[in-house]
Amino acid sequence: MPDLNKRRQLTETVRAICAWLVALLLFFPIFWMVLTSFKTELGAFSMPPSFLFTPTLENYREILERNNYLHFALNSLLTSGGATLLGMLVSVPAAYAFAFHPGERTQGTLMWMLSTKMLPGVGVLVPIYLLARFTGLLDTRFLLIIVFALVNLPIMVWMIYTYFRDIPRDILEAARMDGATTAQEIYRVLLPVSRGGLASTALLALILNWNEAFWSLNLTTTQAAPLSALVASFSSPEGLFWARLSAISTLACAPILVLGWGSQKQLVRGLTFGAVK
Amino acid sequence: MREAAEPSSRAGRLTAAPAILMLFAWMIVPLVMTLYFSTQYYNLLYPGRTKFVGLENFTYFFTYPSFLTSIVNTLLLVGSVLVITVVFGVLISVLVDAKFPGQGIVRMLLISPFFIMPTVSALVWKNLLMNPVSGLFAWVFQLVGLTPINWFSDWPLLSIILIVAWEWLPFAILIFVTSLQSMDQEQKEAAQMDGATPVAIFRHLTLPHLARPIAVVVMVESIFLLNVFAEIFTTTGGGPGDATTNLPFLIFTQALLEFDVGAASAGGLVAVVLANLVAVFLLRLIGKSLTHA
Repeated sequence: MPDLNKRRQLTETVRAICAWLVALLLFFPIFWMVLTSFKTELGAFSMPPSFLFTPTLENYREILERNNYLHFALNSLLTSGGATLLGMLVSVPAAYAFAFHPGERTQGTLMWMLSTKMLPGVGVLVPIYLLARFTGLLDTRFLLIIVFALVNLPIMVWMIYTYFRDIPRDILEAARMDGATTAQEIYRVLLPVSRGGLASTALLALILNWNEAFWSLNLTTTQAAPLSALVASFSSPEGLFWARLSAISTLACAPILVLGWGSQKQLVRGLTFGAVK
Repeated sequence: MREAAEPSSRAGRLTAAPAILMLFAWMIVPLVMTLYFSTQYYNLLYPGRTKFVGLENFTYFFTYPSFLTSIVNTLLLVGSVLVITVVFGVLISVLVDAKFPGQGIVRMLLISPFFIMPTVSALVWKNLLMNPVSGLFAWVFQLVGLTPINWFSDWPLLSIILIVAWEWLPFAILIFVTSLQSMDQEQKEAAQMDGATPVAIFRHLTLPHLARPIAVVVMVESIFLLNVFAEIFTTTGGGPGDATTNLPFLIFTQALLEFDVGAASAGGLVAVVLANLVAVFLLRLIGKSLTHA
């Protein structure tokens, strides 16, 4: 019996070591990016790569001074924030209708919404681009806000619907008996009890909008370009400054990474529409 | 009862209307325009010379040398990333399922790549890791006495697949780990008592339990993987040649680099049809389990 225990302990240890190794391996590119951001440009290129070096904040200073980082960061913040807000304003009422007033066509409508998410961006890129050019909205934050909101609307409706579905209907019916209007029903009763679900929906939308690159790259040049587009500009040969690229990348990813860590549990529920618990 | 139900369903219709109308416009307006443009000769460089050409754009697009390559690349990319993320996702999730010191930190590290911007992860992999001269991989290869691989010239599609798989593996892990937590522990212990091997437990208990999460992962990832763009845009630009050109990238080059709106629209419709085939297949597969959860 003690022998068996010993063997069990050994497998547990091996297992823990393997888990740590896999995790460190998968995380390594991010670690390496952050590390490189504190090197000099020369140090970033050096072979063999330096693991021990005197860290410098030069790259960060340079980005803030020369690369107009704040302009792009502001664009990211305004477009992803604005799109999230717009998305919430439209998807909360829709989810309310689907969850509490389902009709014969509700399931079909929900499925149709999800299918529009499968509509590939490239399939509609040309007309959207031409419409934007025609209306003079090309390279404006306004356009990105509308597009981001529409692209993620199906997922937002689904997520909120998933949360609403679990709320007992009696609560709303009681409010209605007391003479509450639909708007009062939503704002006085529904929103307070589903605050957590709404927050994680908004969070997920924010993450998706912040990282979005396809529409940002194709619909903006400089005025409205968010961070994802700024980073992409480093792919050109003249943009090859690894240390600075790493610093910009670190600044662009850090807020979302922290948000993601804090909300991983809710993300599962949201991203799988509650189908995985 | 009918009268009582009447106002509430009106409220339902009214509150759902904005979302439905917006999505409908988002879908139908560009689609109709794409349909129209696809029958026109329309080059942005010569905007005055628009004319109806019937199905010529489609024959042009279908016989375009890069077309077949781009379809094959699209399917290879989606397929390999799905296989990699599901297989390794399951294995890693089972590995980190049991309690061990630092489990919380390990999970945080594991899911991190999912939150990294596609443009960032592509550039970090390309420049800091896969660079054949001063990338970290080259150094590791030299350390063990191997010739460094010139990733993006010699294995361009594989390089893209590795980057995209790295981005999506965390998503699979996130879903599977969550699902494993709801597994029936008593059943597992009973099986262990009966002398079932870990492999048998994995095959007969864990895998069946993960069937639905796997289906969900396949569906959600397919939606995003069919549209991979930024990773290709920032690393290979579709090349060398058309080695890493997928359907989205091919249409992008037609529309915004060659300004051929007609051909790009025809290509866009092909992409829509392809996505719908996948969508119908996937929704049939697991749509029911989503709405009746």
